[in-house]
Amino acid sequence: MAIDTITDLQHTVEDAAAHLYVWALKDIPQDLRDALSAAREKETSVPGKRVLETIHKNINIADSEKNLVCQDTGIAVYHVRVGEHFPLHPARIYEGLRDGTARATIEHPLRSNAVHTITRENTGPNIGYRLPIVHWEFIEDWDGLDVKCVPKGSGSENMSFLKMCVPADGVKGIKQFVLESIVGAGGKPCPPGIVGVGIGGSADYAMHLAKEAIMRPIGTRNSDPHVAQLEDELFGLLNETGIGPMGLGGDVTVLQCHIEHADTHMTLNPVAVNYQCWAARRASAHISATGDIDYDREF
Amino acid sequence: MANHEVTFPITDPQEILKLRAGDEVTVQGHIIGIRDRTQIRIFDQGVEPPMDLRGAFLLHTAPGVRKLEDGRYEKVCIGTTTSARMVRFTEPLGRQYGVRAICGKGGFPDEAIEPMHQLGMVYFAIVGGAAALETTQIEEIEEVAWEELMPECLWKFRVKDFGPLTVGIDAHGNSLYRDVQTRAKAKLEELYARL
Repeated sequence: MAIDTITDLQHTVEDAAAHLYVWALKDIPQDLRDALSAAREKETSVPGKRVLETIHKNINIADSEKNLVCQDTGIAVYHVRVGEHFPLHPARIYEGLRDGTARATIEHPLRSNAVHTITRENTGPNIGYRLPIVHWEFIEDWDGLDVKCVPKGSGSENMSFLKMCVPADGVKGIKQFVLESIVGAGGKPCPPGIVGVGIGGSADYAMHLAKEAIMRPIGTRNSDPHVAQLEDELFGLLNETGIGPMGLGGDVTVLQCHIEHADTHMTLNPVAVNYQCWAARRASAHISATGDIDYDREF
Repeated sequence: MANHEVTFPITDPQEILKLRAGDEVTVQGHIIGIRDRTQIRIFDQGVEPPMDLRGAFLLHTAPGVRKLEDGRYEKVCIGTTTSARMVRFTEPLGRQYGVRAICGKGGFPDEAIEPMHQLGMVYFAIVGGAAALETTQIEEIEEVAWEELMPECLWKFRVKDFGPLTVGIDAHGNSLYRDVQTRAKAKLEELYARL
Protein backbone atom coordinates (compact mmCIF):
# COMPACT_ATOMS: atom_id res chain seq x y z
CA MET A 1 0.00 0.00 0.00
CA ALA A 2 1.21 3.47 -0.90
CA ILE A 3 2.74 5.71 1.77
CA ASP A 4 0.11 8.44 1.39
CA THR A 5 -2.70 5.90 1.94
CA ILE A 6 -1.01 4.77 5.16
CA THR A 7 -0.72 8.40 6.26
CA ASP A 8 -4.39 8.98 5.40
CA LEU A 9 -5.42 5.93 7.41
CA GLN A 10 -3.46 7.18 10.43
CA HIS A 11 -5.27 10.52 10.09
CA THR A 12 -8.58 8.65 9.94
CA VAL A 13 -7.75 6.93 13.25
CA GLU A 14 -6.80 10.34 14.69
CA ASP A 15 -10.10 11.87 13.50
CA ALA A 16 -12.05 8.96 14.98
CA ALA A 17 -10.26 9.24 18.35
CA ALA A 18 -10.80 13.01 18.51
CA HIS A 19 -14.50 12.58 17.78
CA LEU A 20 -14.99 9.60 20.10
CA TYR A 21 -13.35 11.25 23.11
CA VAL A 22 -15.64 14.30 23.03
CA TRP A 23 -18.71 12.31 22.00
CA ALA A 24 -18.24 9.85 24.87
CA LEU A 25 -17.92 12.72 27.35
CA LYS A 26 -21.12 14.49 26.21
CA ASP A 27 -23.65 11.90 25.16
CA ILE A 28 -23.95 8.77 27.26
CA PRO A 29 -25.17 5.57 25.56
CA GLN A 30 -28.81 4.50 25.47
CA ASP A 31 -28.24 1.26 27.42
CA LEU A 32 -26.87 3.34 30.31
CA ARG A 33 -29.75 5.85 30.10
CA ASP A 34 -32.20 2.93 30.31
CA ALA A 35 -30.39 1.41 33.31
CA LEU A 36 -30.41 4.76 35.13
CA SER A 37 -34.13 5.23 34.41
CA ALA A 38 -34.87 1.76 35.77
CA ALA A 39 -32.82 2.63 38.88
CA ARG A 40 -34.86 5.81 39.36
CA GLU A 41 -38.08 3.77 39.27
CA LYS A 42 -36.75 1.21 41.74
CA GLU A 43 -35.15 3.46 44.36
CA THR A 44 -37.20 4.17 47.50
CA SER A 45 -34.86 6.13 49.81
CA VAL A 46 -35.36 9.94 49.86
CA PRO A 47 -31.67 10.91 49.34
CA GLY A 48 -31.30 8.09 46.79
CA LYS A 49 -34.27 9.30 44.75
CA ARG A 50 -32.92 12.86 44.94
CA VAL A 51 -29.58 11.67 43.53
CA LEU A 52 -31.13 9.67 40.67
CA GLU A 53 -33.50 12.53 39.80
CA THR A 54 -30.51 14.90 39.66
CA ILE A 55 -28.57 12.47 37.45
CA HIS A 56 -31.55 12.33 35.06
CA LYS A 57 -31.73 16.14 34.96
CA ASN A 58 -27.97 16.36 34.41
CA ILE A 59 -28.01 14.01 31.42
CA ASN A 60 -30.78 16.08 29.81
CA ILE A 61 -28.87 19.32 30.41
CA ALA A 62 -25.69 17.82 28.93
CA ASP A 63 -27.78 16.99 25.83
CA SER A 64 -29.43 20.39 25.51
CA GLU A 65 -26.36 22.50 26.39
CA LYS A 66 -24.02 20.17 24.49
CA ASN A 67 -21.83 20.14 27.59
CA LEU A 68 -19.85 17.34 29.21
CA VAL A 69 -21.84 15.03 31.48
CA CYS A 70 -19.03 15.10 34.07
CA GLN A 71 -16.12 17.53 34.39
CA ASP A 72 -13.67 14.67 34.86
CA THR A 73 -12.47 14.06 31.32
CA GLY A 74 -10.66 11.10 32.83
CA ILE A 75 -7.74 9.18 31.60
CA ALA A 76 -8.26 8.26 27.93
CA VAL A 77 -8.57 4.48 27.64
CA TYR A 78 -9.18 2.76 24.32
CA HIS A 79 -10.11 -0.79 23.50
CA VAL A 80 -8.94 -1.58 20.01
CA ARG A 81 -9.69 -4.65 17.88
CA VAL A 82 -7.28 -4.90 14.97
CA GLY A 83 -7.98 -7.19 12.05
CA GLU A 84 -4.92 -9.12 10.88
CA HIS A 85 -5.30 -7.61 7.39
CA PHE A 86 -5.93 -4.01 8.50
CA PRO A 87 -3.32 -2.04 6.54
CA LEU A 88 -2.05 0.19 9.40
CA HIS A 89 0.49 -1.16 11.90
CA PRO A 90 -0.53 -0.91 15.61
CA ALA A 91 2.40 1.47 16.21
CA ARG A 92 0.75 3.92 13.78
CA ILE A 93 -2.71 3.19 15.21
CA TYR A 94 -1.35 4.18 18.62
CA GLU A 95 0.02 7.44 17.21
CA GLY A 96 -3.37 8.19 15.68
CA LEU A 97 -5.15 7.57 18.99
CA ARG A 98 -2.65 9.72 20.89
CA ASP A 99 -2.82 12.60 18.43
CA GLY A 100 -6.64 12.45 18.33
CA THR A 101 -6.81 12.55 22.15
CA ALA A 102 -4.51 15.59 22.23
CA ARG A 103 -6.38 17.37 19.43
CA ALA A 104 -9.79 16.93 21.10
CA THR A 105 -8.36 18.20 24.40
CA ILE A 106 -6.93 21.35 22.80
CA GLU A 107 -9.74 22.12 20.38
CA HIS A 108 -12.73 21.68 22.73
CA PRO A 109 -10.98 22.60 25.18
CA LEU A 110 -11.14 19.72 27.68
CA ARG A 111 -9.57 19.70 31.13
CA SER A 112 -6.15 18.09 30.89
CA ASN A 113 -5.60 15.60 33.69
CA ALA A 114 -2.33 13.95 32.72
CA VAL A 115 0.61 14.48 35.09
CA HIS A 116 4.03 12.90 35.70
CA THR A 117 3.42 10.35 38.42
CA ILE A 118 6.31 11.62 40.63
CA THR A 119 6.59 15.36 39.91
CA ARG A 120 2.80 15.77 39.38
CA GLU A 121 3.55 18.28 36.60
CA ASN A 122 1.06 18.30 33.72
CA THR A 123 2.42 16.35 30.75
CA GLY A 124 0.20 17.71 27.98
CA PRO A 125 -3.29 17.56 26.53
CA ASN A 126 -4.39 14.31 28.20
CA ILE A 127 -1.37 12.51 26.78
CA GLY A 128 1.97 11.62 28.33
CA TYR A 129 4.44 8.78 28.74
CA ARG A 130 2.33 5.64 28.08
CA LEU A 131 -0.85 7.74 27.92
CA PRO A 132 -3.41 7.18 26.47
CA ILE A 133 -3.84 3.57 27.56
CA VAL A 134 -4.80 1.04 24.90
CA HIS A 135 -6.14 -2.48 25.31
CA TRP A 136 -5.30 -4.44 22.17
CA GLU A 137 -7.09 -7.38 20.65
CA PHE A 138 -6.07 -8.98 17.35
CA ILE A 139 -8.64 -10.62 15.11
CA GLU A 140 -7.91 -13.31 12.52
CA ASP A 141 -9.18 -13.21 8.93
CA TRP A 142 -10.41 -9.61 9.08
CA ASP A 143 -9.28 -6.30 7.58
CA GLY A 144 -11.16 -3.85 9.83
CA LEU A 145 -10.44 -1.86 12.99
CA ASP A 146 -12.78 -1.23 15.95
CA VAL A 147 -11.96 1.59 18.35
CA LYS A 148 -13.82 2.04 21.61
CA CYS A 149 -13.07 5.09 23.75
CA VAL A 150 -13.73 4.83 27.48
CA PRO A 151 -12.71 8.03 29.33
CA LYS A 152 -12.13 6.72 32.87
CA GLY A 153 -12.79 9.08 35.75
CA SER A 154 -10.45 9.06 38.73
CA GLY A 155 -13.11 8.97 41.45
CA SER A 156 -14.09 5.49 40.37
CA GLU A 157 -10.58 4.40 39.28
CA ASN A 158 -9.32 5.14 42.81
CA MET A 159 -11.78 2.49 43.97
CA SER A 160 -9.87 -0.44 42.43
CA PHE A 161 -8.99 -3.49 44.46
CA LEU A 162 -6.99 -6.68 44.04
CA LYS A 163 -6.85 -9.79 46.18
CA MET A 164 -4.86 -12.92 45.57
CA CYS A 165 -7.38 -15.36 46.99
CA VAL A 166 -6.12 -18.91 47.35
CA PRO A 167 -7.81 -21.88 45.69
CA ALA A 168 -9.21 -22.95 49.07
CA ASP A 169 -11.12 -19.63 49.25
CA GLY A 170 -13.08 -20.83 46.24
CA VAL A 171 -15.80 -18.79 44.54
CA LYS A 172 -17.04 -17.80 48.00
CA GLY A 173 -13.78 -15.89 48.53
CA ILE A 174 -14.31 -14.05 45.24
CA LYS A 175 -17.85 -13.07 46.21
CA GLN A 176 -16.82 -11.88 49.67
CA PHE A 177 -14.01 -9.76 48.26
CA VAL A 178 -16.25 -8.05 45.70
CA LEU A 179 -18.88 -7.35 48.36
CA GLU A 180 -16.42 -5.94 50.91
CA SER A 181 -14.75 -3.81 48.22
CA ILE A 182 -18.00 -2.16 47.15
CA VAL A 183 -19.14 -1.58 50.72
CA GLY A 184 -15.73 -0.12 51.58
CA ALA A 185 -15.84 2.17 48.54
CA GLY A 186 -19.16 3.62 49.77
CA GLY A 187 -20.11 6.80 47.91
CA LYS A 188 -16.63 7.61 46.59
CA PRO A 189 -16.86 5.98 43.12
CA CYS A 190 -20.19 7.75 42.29
CA PRO A 191 -22.59 4.83 42.64
CA PRO A 192 -24.71 3.38 41.14
CA GLY A 193 -22.25 2.25 38.48
CA ILE A 194 -20.83 -0.84 36.83
CA VAL A 195 -18.74 -3.17 38.98
CA GLY A 196 -16.08 -4.72 36.76
CA VAL A 197 -14.56 -7.92 38.09
CA GLY A 198 -11.58 -9.78 36.65
CA ILE A 199 -10.94 -13.34 37.83
CA GLY A 200 -8.16 -15.76 37.04
CA GLY A 201 -5.04 -15.14 34.96
CA SER A 202 -2.33 -13.40 37.00
CA ALA A 203 -2.43 -10.40 39.33
CA ASP A 204 -1.91 -7.83 36.55
CA TYR A 205 -4.11 -9.66 34.06
CA ALA A 206 -7.01 -9.92 36.53
CA MET A 207 -7.07 -6.11 36.80
CA HIS A 208 -6.76 -5.78 33.02
CA LEU A 209 -9.82 -8.03 32.69
CA ALA A 210 -11.73 -6.04 35.31
CA LYS A 211 -11.21 -2.93 33.17
CA GLU A 212 -12.42 -4.79 30.08
CA ALA A 213 -15.53 -5.82 32.04
CA ILE A 214 -16.55 -2.20 32.66
CA MET A 215 -16.25 -1.40 28.94
CA ARG A 216 -19.04 -3.77 27.93
CA PRO A 217 -22.56 -2.56 27.09
CA ILE A 218 -24.49 -2.61 30.33
CA GLY A 219 -26.18 -5.86 31.33
CA THR A 220 -24.40 -8.03 28.74
CA ARG A 221 -23.40 -11.42 30.08
CA ASN A 222 -20.19 -13.43 29.89
CA SER A 223 -20.46 -16.25 27.35
CA ASP A 224 -19.27 -18.82 29.90
CA PRO A 225 -22.40 -19.92 31.83
CA HIS A 226 -20.45 -20.38 35.11
CA VAL A 227 -19.25 -16.80 34.92
CA ALA A 228 -22.63 -15.44 33.78
CA GLN A 229 -24.26 -17.07 36.80
CA LEU A 230 -21.74 -15.39 39.08
CA GLU A 231 -22.51 -12.03 37.42
CA ASP A 232 -26.22 -12.46 38.19
CA GLU A 233 -25.58 -13.55 41.75
CA LEU A 234 -23.16 -10.73 42.57
CA PHE A 235 -25.45 -8.15 40.97
CA GLY A 236 -28.25 -9.22 43.33
CA LEU A 237 -26.02 -9.39 46.42
CA LEU A 238 -24.40 -5.99 45.79
CA ASN A 239 -27.82 -4.34 45.70
CA GLU A 240 -28.62 -5.79 49.11
CA THR A 241 -25.79 -3.86 50.79
CA GLY A 242 -27.83 -0.63 51.08
CA ILE A 243 -24.94 1.68 50.09
CA GLY A 244 -27.29 3.41 47.66
CA PRO A 245 -26.86 6.26 45.16
CA MET A 246 -23.79 8.38 46.02
CA GLY A 247 -23.40 6.29 49.20
CA LEU A 248 -26.30 8.10 50.91
CA GLY A 249 -28.21 4.84 51.50
CA GLY A 250 -30.78 3.13 49.30
CA ASP A 251 -31.84 0.20 47.18
CA VAL A 252 -29.69 0.77 44.11
CA THR A 253 -25.98 0.40 44.81
CA VAL A 254 -24.87 -0.87 41.39
CA LEU A 255 -26.36 -0.77 37.89
CA GLN A 256 -24.62 -4.00 36.91
CA CYS A 257 -21.84 -6.43 37.67
CA HIS A 258 -19.75 -7.58 34.69
CA ILE A 259 -17.08 -10.26 34.98
CA GLU A 260 -14.26 -11.20 32.60
CA HIS A 261 -12.17 -14.27 33.28
CA ALA A 262 -9.04 -16.13 32.20
CA ASP A 263 -7.81 -19.57 33.03
CA THR A 264 -5.18 -19.50 35.73
CA HIS A 265 -2.48 -21.45 37.58
CA MET A 266 -3.67 -24.30 39.79
CA THR A 267 -2.45 -22.45 42.89
CA LEU A 268 -3.88 -19.03 41.93
CA ASN A 269 -7.33 -17.52 42.48
CA PRO A 270 -6.93 -13.79 41.77
CA VAL A 271 -9.85 -11.37 41.91
CA ALA A 272 -9.71 -7.74 40.80
CA VAL A 273 -12.38 -5.06 41.08
CA ASN A 274 -12.47 -2.00 38.85
CA TYR A 275 -15.40 0.38 39.38
CA GLN A 276 -17.06 2.45 36.68
CA CYS A 277 -19.12 5.42 37.91
CA TRP A 278 -22.76 6.01 36.87
CA ALA A 279 -21.42 8.26 34.09
CA ALA A 280 -20.11 5.15 32.32
CA ARG A 281 -18.99 6.91 29.19
CA ARG A 282 -18.28 4.88 26.09
CA ALA A 283 -18.23 5.53 22.33
CA SER A 284 -17.07 3.38 19.43
CA ALA A 285 -16.14 3.50 15.78
CA HIS A 286 -15.64 0.85 13.13
CA ILE A 287 -12.96 1.77 10.59
CA SER A 288 -12.67 -0.06 7.30
CA ALA A 289 -9.43 -0.88 5.47
CA THR A 290 -10.27 1.91 3.03
CA GLY A 291 -10.74 4.47 5.80
CA ASP A 292 -14.53 4.70 6.12
CA ILE A 293 -15.68 5.44 9.67
CA ASP A 294 -18.93 4.11 11.08
CA TYR A 295 -19.71 5.49 14.54
CA ASP A 296 -21.60 3.16 16.89
CA ARG A 297 -23.05 3.53 20.40
CA GLU A 298 -24.15 -0.02 21.05
CA PHE A 299 -20.74 -1.66 20.85
CA MET B 1 -36.07 15.57 56.21
CA ALA B 2 -36.58 19.30 55.71
CA ASN B 3 -35.74 21.56 52.76
CA HIS B 4 -33.65 24.69 53.29
CA GLU B 5 -32.24 27.57 51.32
CA VAL B 6 -28.98 29.04 52.68
CA THR B 7 -27.01 32.05 51.42
CA PHE B 8 -23.21 31.96 51.81
CA PRO B 9 -21.01 33.25 53.29
CA ILE B 10 -23.04 33.07 56.50
CA THR B 11 -22.67 35.34 59.54
CA ASP B 12 -25.19 33.63 61.85
CA PRO B 13 -24.04 30.17 63.08
CA GLN B 14 -27.72 29.28 63.52
CA GLU B 15 -27.93 28.89 59.75
CA ILE B 16 -25.70 25.80 60.08
CA LEU B 17 -27.18 24.47 63.32
CA LYS B 18 -30.68 24.24 61.82
CA LEU B 19 -29.46 21.70 59.23
CA ARG B 20 -29.82 17.98 59.96
CA ALA B 21 -28.26 14.98 58.24
CA GLY B 22 -30.50 13.94 55.34
CA ASP B 23 -32.01 17.44 54.80
CA GLU B 24 -32.08 18.93 51.31
CA VAL B 25 -30.37 22.28 50.81
CA THR B 26 -30.21 24.81 47.96
CA VAL B 27 -27.40 27.37 48.14
CA GLN B 28 -27.31 31.01 46.99
CA GLY B 29 -24.58 33.65 47.09
CA HIS B 30 -20.86 32.95 46.81
CA ILE B 31 -18.92 29.72 47.14
CA ILE B 32 -15.19 29.02 47.03
CA GLY B 33 -13.59 26.29 44.92
CA ILE B 34 -10.66 24.47 46.51
CA ARG B 35 -8.84 21.17 45.96
CA ASP B 36 -5.91 18.98 47.07
CA ARG B 37 -3.02 21.24 46.01
CA THR B 38 -4.77 24.40 47.22
CA GLN B 39 -5.07 22.99 50.73
CA ILE B 40 -1.59 21.49 50.69
CA ARG B 41 -0.30 25.01 49.97
CA ILE B 42 -2.29 26.55 52.82
CA PHE B 43 -1.61 23.99 55.52
CA ASP B 44 1.54 22.07 54.57
CA GLN B 45 3.43 24.97 53.02
CA GLY B 46 1.95 27.60 55.37
CA VAL B 47 0.83 30.10 52.72
CA GLU B 48 -2.06 32.37 53.78
CA PRO B 49 -5.00 32.14 51.36
CA PRO B 50 -5.65 35.47 49.62
CA MET B 51 -9.43 35.16 50.12
CA ASP B 52 -11.60 35.57 53.21
CA LEU B 53 -12.90 32.15 54.23
CA ARG B 54 -15.02 33.24 57.22
CA GLY B 55 -18.50 31.72 57.06
CA ALA B 56 -17.57 30.23 53.70
CA PHE B 57 -18.92 27.38 51.68
CA LEU B 58 -16.03 25.42 50.09
CA LEU B 59 -16.53 23.26 47.02
CA HIS B 60 -14.13 20.42 46.16
CA THR B 61 -13.52 21.19 42.52
CA ALA B 62 -10.99 21.61 39.72
CA PRO B 63 -13.09 23.35 37.10
CA GLY B 64 -12.79 23.13 33.34
CA VAL B 65 -12.46 26.76 32.18
CA ARG B 66 -11.48 28.91 29.21
CA LYS B 67 -9.22 31.96 29.68
CA LEU B 68 -10.53 35.13 28.05
CA GLU B 69 -8.39 37.85 26.45
CA ASP B 70 -8.96 40.24 29.37
CA GLY B 71 -7.53 37.62 31.77
CA ARG B 72 -10.85 36.55 33.26
CA TYR B 73 -12.05 32.97 33.15
CA GLU B 74 -15.20 31.63 31.56
CA LYS B 75 -16.77 28.36 32.74
CA VAL B 76 -16.67 25.34 30.43
CA CYS B 77 -17.61 22.48 32.75
CA ILE B 78 -17.54 22.66 36.52
CA GLY B 79 -18.10 19.61 38.67
CA THR B 80 -17.09 18.16 42.00
CA THR B 81 -14.36 15.76 43.07
CA THR B 82 -14.10 13.05 45.76
CA SER B 83 -13.89 14.65 49.20
CA ALA B 84 -12.37 11.84 51.24
CA ARG B 85 -8.82 12.63 50.04
CA MET B 86 -9.02 16.04 51.76
CA VAL B 87 -10.60 15.14 55.10
CA ARG B 88 -7.53 16.03 57.18
CA PHE B 89 -7.99 19.74 56.37
CA THR B 90 -11.48 19.90 57.94
CA GLU B 91 -10.47 20.84 61.46
CA PRO B 92 -7.93 23.59 60.54
CA LEU B 93 -10.30 25.06 57.93
CA GLY B 94 -12.93 25.49 60.63
CA ARG B 95 -10.66 26.48 63.51
CA GLN B 96 -8.19 28.80 61.76
CA TYR B 97 -10.31 30.24 58.98
CA GLY B 98 -13.94 29.97 60.13
CA VAL B 99 -15.13 27.83 57.20
CA ARG B 100 -18.71 26.66 57.84
CA ALA B 101 -19.55 24.29 55.02
CA ILE B 102 -17.62 21.85 52.86
CA CYS B 103 -19.26 20.38 49.81
CA GLY B 104 -18.04 17.50 47.71
CA LYS B 105 -18.96 14.06 46.57
CA GLY B 106 -18.70 10.65 48.11
CA GLY B 107 -18.63 11.83 51.73
CA PHE B 108 -16.10 12.36 54.50
CA PRO B 109 -14.82 9.53 56.69
CA ASP B 110 -15.81 9.48 60.35
CA GLU B 111 -12.80 11.56 61.45
CA ALA B 112 -14.67 14.67 60.17
CA ILE B 113 -17.67 14.14 62.45
CA GLU B 114 -16.12 15.42 65.70
CA PRO B 115 -14.48 18.61 64.34
CA MET B 116 -17.68 19.47 62.46
CA HIS B 117 -19.65 18.98 65.68
CA GLN B 118 -17.24 21.07 67.77
CA LEU B 119 -16.80 23.89 65.27
CA GLY B 120 -20.35 24.12 63.87
CA MET B 121 -19.65 22.93 60.34
CA VAL B 122 -21.54 20.79 57.83
CA TYR B 123 -20.65 18.51 54.94
CA PHE B 124 -22.89 18.81 51.91
CA ALA B 125 -23.14 15.89 49.49
CA ILE B 126 -23.51 16.86 45.88
CA VAL B 127 -24.23 14.40 43.08
CA GLY B 128 -20.83 13.46 41.70
CA GLY B 129 -20.62 13.51 37.93
CA ALA B 130 -23.57 15.88 37.55
CA ALA B 131 -21.34 18.65 36.20
CA ALA B 132 -23.53 19.76 33.29
CA LEU B 133 -26.23 20.75 35.80
CA GLU B 134 -23.74 22.24 38.27
CA THR B 135 -22.22 24.41 35.54
CA THR B 136 -25.61 26.03 34.83
CA GLN B 137 -25.94 26.92 38.54
CA ILE B 138 -22.63 28.78 38.59
CA GLU B 139 -23.41 32.26 37.30
CA GLU B 140 -19.90 33.65 37.15
CA ILE B 141 -16.28 33.04 38.08
CA GLU B 142 -15.65 36.23 40.04
CA GLU B 143 -12.09 35.72 41.29
CA VAL B 144 -9.15 33.34 40.82
CA ALA B 145 -6.08 33.18 43.06
CA TRP B 146 -3.00 31.00 42.70
CA GLU B 147 -3.40 30.54 38.94
CA GLU B 148 -0.11 28.65 38.85
CA LEU B 149 -1.92 25.72 40.49
CA MET B 150 -4.36 25.53 37.54
CA PRO B 151 -6.87 23.94 37.72
CA GLU B 152 -6.41 23.51 41.50
CA CYS B 153 -6.56 27.25 42.15
CA LEU B 154 -8.65 29.10 44.72
CA TRP B 155 -11.85 30.05 42.86
CA LYS B 156 -14.69 32.37 43.83
CA PHE B 157 -18.00 31.56 42.13
CA ARG B 158 -21.34 33.38 42.27
CA VAL B 159 -24.10 30.76 42.31
CA LYS B 160 -27.86 30.64 41.89
CA ASP B 161 -30.02 27.74 43.16
CA PHE B 162 -26.95 25.58 43.69
CA GLY B 163 -28.08 22.02 44.44
CA PRO B 164 -29.93 19.98 45.40
CA LEU B 165 -27.42 19.16 48.14
CA THR B 166 -27.94 16.61 50.91
CA VAL B 167 -26.60 17.25 54.41
CA GLY B 168 -24.24 14.29 54.74
CA ILE B 169 -22.70 15.28 58.09
CA ASP B 170 -24.37 17.85 60.34
CA ALA B 171 -23.04 20.01 63.17
CA HIS B 172 -24.74 17.81 65.78
CA GLY B 173 -22.53 14.73 65.40
CA ASN B 174 -24.65 12.89 62.82
CA SER B 175 -23.32 11.34 59.62
CA LEU B 176 -25.34 9.58 56.95
CA TYR B 177 -22.13 7.89 55.78
CA ARG B 178 -21.44 6.37 59.21
CA ASP B 179 -25.05 5.15 59.44
CA VAL B 180 -24.95 3.59 55.96
CA GLN B 181 -21.60 1.87 56.69
CA THR B 182 -22.79 0.51 60.05
CA ARG B 183 -25.88 -0.99 58.44
CA ALA B 184 -23.96 -2.30 55.41
CA LYS B 185 -21.34 -4.05 57.56
CA ALA B 186 -24.06 -5.81 59.56
CA LYS B 187 -25.72 -6.78 56.27
CA LEU B 188 -22.42 -8.19 54.94
CA GLU B 189 -22.28 -10.69 57.80
CA GLU B 190 -25.76 -11.85 56.83
CA LEU B 191 -24.83 -12.09 53.14
CA TYR B 192 -21.59 -14.01 53.85
CA ALA B 193 -23.58 -16.56 55.84
CA ARG B 194 -25.72 -17.16 52.74
CA LEU B 195 -22.83 -17.70 50.31
